[in-house]
Amino acid sequence: MDLLGAGATFPYPLYSKMFYVYWQKTGVKINYQAIGSGGGQRQLLNMTVDFGGTDAFMSAEALEKAPAKILHIPTCLGAIVLTYTLPGNPRLRLTPSLISDIFLGKVTKWNDKRITDINPNENLPDMNIMVVHRSDGSGTTFVFTDYLSKVSKEWEKKVGRGKAVNWPVGLGSKGNTGVAGFIKYSPGAIGYVELGYAVLNRMPVAAIQNKAMRFINPGATSTSIAARVFLPDDTRISITNTKAIEGYPIAGFTWILVFEEQAYRGGPEKKAKALAKALWWMTHEGQKYAEPLHYAPLSPEAIIKTEKIIKSITYNGHSCLE
Amino acid sequence: MDTLVLSKGKMLSTHPGVRAEATFQKTIFLSALAIIVLLVAIFLSLLIHSVPSLKAFGLSFFFSKTWDPVSATFGVLPFLVGTLLTSFLALLICLPFSLAISIFIGEYFKKGALSSFLKTVTELLAGIPSIIYGFWALFVLVPIVRNFQTKIGIFPYGVGILTASMILSVMIIPYAASIAREVISLVPSDVKEAAYSLGSTRQEVITKVVLPYARSGIVAGILLALGRALGETMAVTMVIGNSNRLPKGFFSPGNSMASVIANEFTEATASLHISSLIEIALLLFLVTMIINIIGKYIIKKISVEA
Amino acid sequence: MALHRLRLRIWKDRGFKAIVILFSFLSIVPLLLILFYIIKNGILSISWEFFVELPRPVGEKGGGISNAIVGSLLLVIIAGLPSIPLGIAAGIYLSENKKSRITYWSGLAVDVLQGTPSIVIGIIAYLWVVVPMGGFSAFAGGIALGIMMLPMIVKATEETLSLIPGSLKEASLALGVPYYRTILRVILPAGVSGIMTGVLISTARVAGETAPLLFTAFGNAFMNWNLTNPVHSLPLLIYNYATSPYPEWHRVAWGASCVLVVFVLTLNLVMRTVIRRWKVQF
Repeated sequence: MDLLGAGATFPYPLYSKMFYVYWQKTGVKINYQAIGSGGGQRQLLNMTVDFGGTDAFMSAEALEKAPAKILHIPTCLGAIVLTYTLPGNPRLRLTPSLISDIFLGKVTKWNDKRITDINPNENLPDMNIMVVHRSDGSGTTFVFTDYLSKVSKEWEKKVGRGKAVNWPVGLGSKGNTGVAGFIKYSPGAIGYVELGYAVLNRMPVAAIQNKAMRFINPGATSTSIAARVFLPDDTRISITNTKAIEGYPIAGFTWILVFEEQAYRGGPEKKAKALAKALWWMTHEGQKYAEPLHYAPLSPEAIIKTEKIIKSITYNGHSCLE
Repeated sequence: MDTLVLSKGKMLSTHPGVRAEATFQKTIFLSALAIIVLLVAIFLSLLIHSVPSLKAFGLSFFFSKTWDPVSATFGVLPFLVGTLLTSFLALLICLPFSLAISIFIGEYFKKGALSSFLKTVTELLAGIPSIIYGFWALFVLVPIVRNFQTKIGIFPYGVGILTASMILSVMIIPYAASIAREVISLVPSDVKEAAYSLGSTRQEVITKVVLPYARSGIVAGILLALGRALGETMAVTMVIGNSNRLPKGFFSPGNSMASVIANEFTEATASLHISSLIEIALLLFLVTMIINIIGKYIIKKISVEA
Repeated sequence: MALHRLRLRIWKDRGFKAIVILFSFLSIVPLLLILFYIIKNGILSISWEFFVELPRPVGEKGGGISNAIVGSLLLVIIAGLPSIPLGIAAGIYLSENKKSRITYWSGLAVDVLQGTPSIVIGIIAYLWVVVPMGGFSAFAGGIALGIMMLPMIVKATEETLSLIPGSLKEASLALGVPYYRTILRVILPAGVSGIMTGVLISTARVAGETAPLLFTAFGNAFMNWNLTNPVHSLPLLIYNYATSPYPEWHRVAWGASCVLVVFVLTLNLVMRTVIRRWKVQF
C-alpha cells in the first residue's frame, strides 16, 4: 500500500522519521515530498496527492473554492526560530521591532546600536546583515509574516502575510533545508527556520521578546505554552504573538490536509482506511518522536479535537476508522 | 520507382510487399509530421494556459518589476533582467576560451593527440549534468566569490548574478567552441596561403583572414551557446540567490526566468500565479526558439556556401 | 626599422599562439576540478550499502541511494521506448525526402525542440500527463525525458543516413529488394553506429536532467517499480541533498554525483567504442 503526500518542509524531519518507522511497522509506504506548504495545498486541490502538509491553514475563501470539504488534522507544534551565523556563536536576544526592521532592511549591520543595546555582553562584529528568506511557497513564511504583521504595522502595510511575499531585502532558498543550509555557511546571515533545523545543525537561535516583555528561548516547552489557547473544532488557529507569559511568540501548528469524503478520486476504500489509520497513529503513538526532534507534541485537548476530525473522514459516507 | 518481385497470379495492389511498402512510407511520414505537431502543441498549450495572465496584465507584464503573490501582481522584468545579465555575462566570459579552443583545434593542431585530447575534454564538459555543475558551484565557486567580495568590501553574498554567470560560462564553452571550430577548419587554404605568401605571420593570418572569414560560423556558435544559457535552470537556481527583486548589479542576488519557474511552479496556489509562471515559460520558449532558428539558419547558409 | 617591426610581429605571433594554448588548456581546469572534487568527496560514500539501501530519515547516518538509481534507470527506459523508434522513423523520412516541404518544417521543429529549455518541457509534461492522470508518476517523468531525447535521435539518424552513399541504396533496389526493406535491412544497419551514438548521447543527456522531473516524477522516499507512482532519481536526490544543511546528506550527494558522472562518462566511452567498432567505412 502506497500513500503519497506533499507539502510543508517545517515538519519534514519529524514526518520522515514517522513514516520510516511506520513503514517498518506496517509495510505501508508513505512517500512525503517536502515541496513547501503552498505546494501541499495546491497538489491536494489538484488531487494529485493523497494528503497535503501545511503550516499555513487554509483560509475560509480557499476552503469555499475547494472542490470538496477539506479537513485540517494537526500533527504537532513547532517553533520558528531566528538563526544566524556569527563568529563566536553568540546567544542573541531580539525584540519584535528589531526583527521586523531587520527584515524590512532598516537595520543593516550586526553592530547596530539597537542590537548591541539589548545584547550588551556579546561582541558583535561590524558585519552586514544578510537576510535569508524562502524562495518557495512556505507555511513557515506564512507563520513568520503573520507574526511580523501582528507586531509591526509597517510590515503589515508594506508586505503583509502570506506563503510567498514580496520581500524588501534578502535572498531566497528553497525549503527550510535550503535556508538553514545557506545560513550555516554564510557568515553574517540571518533567517527564519523551524527549530529542529537549527538544533540539528548546531546553529545558534535567538531568544525573542514576547508580548509579556520576556525574552523566551524556543523549545518544546515554550511552544506548548503558546499553544494553550482555546482551539476551535476545526483546529485552524494562529498562535503567534501569544499572550502567555512564558510562551514563545513565533510558534504554530502544522496540519495534514485531507478531503473529508475520500471516494472523490475513485480510489479504493482500503487506501482511505490506510490513510485514516496512519493519521491516527501519527497523532497517538507517533507523538513520541516529536520531542527528540525538537517539536512539541499535541496537547491532550488538541488530541481530543483531532480524534473527532479523523473519525469524520468518510468513504462513501461511512467512517474510515472501524 | 522500385521494382517488386511478384509471384505469379497475384494482383499488384494486394501483394503483401505493396502493403508493407505503403505502411512503411506512411509510418515514416507520420513520424516526421508528429514532430511538427508536437512542437505546435507545446506552443499552443503554453499559450492557452498563459491567457489568464495575459488578460490580467497585458503588456505591463514585461515592464513591471513587481512579483508579489500576496497582492497577485506579477511582472517579469526582474527575471528578464536576471536571465539576460547572466547569459550575456556568461557569453562574455566564455568567449576567449571557446575561441582559443576553436583556433587551437581548427588551426594550430588540426590532428594529433593534443587535438583529440582537447576535443574529448570539450565533449566531456558538455556531457556533465547541470545539477553537478550547480552542486560544485555551490561548494567551490560561492566561497571563492564570497572571499573576493569580502576583500573588495562589498556585501559577501557569495551567490548572485556573477556566480551564476561564472558557472554558466563553463557550461557553454563547448557549444560556442564546436561550431567555431568547424568553420575555422573549413576556411579554404588558398585564402590563407595568399596571405602567407604576402609575408603574414600565423597570428596575422588567423586574426585578419581566418576569423573574419569564419565570422558567421562564430556568430552561430555564440547564438547557440546563448540559447543554451538562456534556458539553463538547475545550475543557475542553486547559485543565483533566488531574490525576486530587480538585480542592481553583478554582485546582487537575482532570479532568472527558468529558476523562478523551478522555485514556484509546484506551489503556486492562485491560478493567476500559475498562469504568470506559464507565461514566463512561453516567453522563454519563444526567445530560445528565435535564437536557435537564427543560429541554425546561419549555419545552413555557411554549409551551403562551403 | 623594418627589422624592428618584423620582430614585433614575430613576438605578437608567438604571444598569440601562447595565449591560445594557455586559454585552451585553462578551459580544462573546471572539468578537472569538478571531477577531482566529485571523486574526492564521493568515493568515501561508495560502498555496497550505498547501492542497495534506502535513504535514512533526516539526520540519521547510513542509508543509500538504491531507490534513486532504480528510478533513474526506469525513467531513462520509459523515455527511450517511444522516442527511439519515433526518432529513427522521423530521421529516416528526413534523410530520404530532402526536398519535401514536410522535411523542411520537421527539420525546423527538431531544431527548435532541441533548443527548448528543459524546464518548459517539464511544464508541458505536467500539463499533458500529470494533470490528466491525476498524479505524479514515473510515466510522466519518462515522457518529459522522452520529448527531450527525440530531437537528438532524429538528428543523429538523419545525419548518419545522409552520409551513406546513394550507391548502396541503388544497388539494393536494382537487385529487386523493395524500398522499405532496403531501408530497414540495408541502410539502417549500415548507419547503426551513428544512430547508436545518437541514442547514447541523448540517454546520457537526459539521465542527468533535473528540471523536468521536479513536477513530473516528483521523488519518492521509498523504492518504487510502479510506473504510475512517483519515483526518485539521482539528479533530484543530488538537488535536494546539496541544498540541505546536513553534512551527512552532502556526503550522500557527492556519492550520488560520483555515480551519475561515472554513468555519463561510461556512456561516452561506450559511444566512442561503438563508433570505432561498428562504423561501416565507405
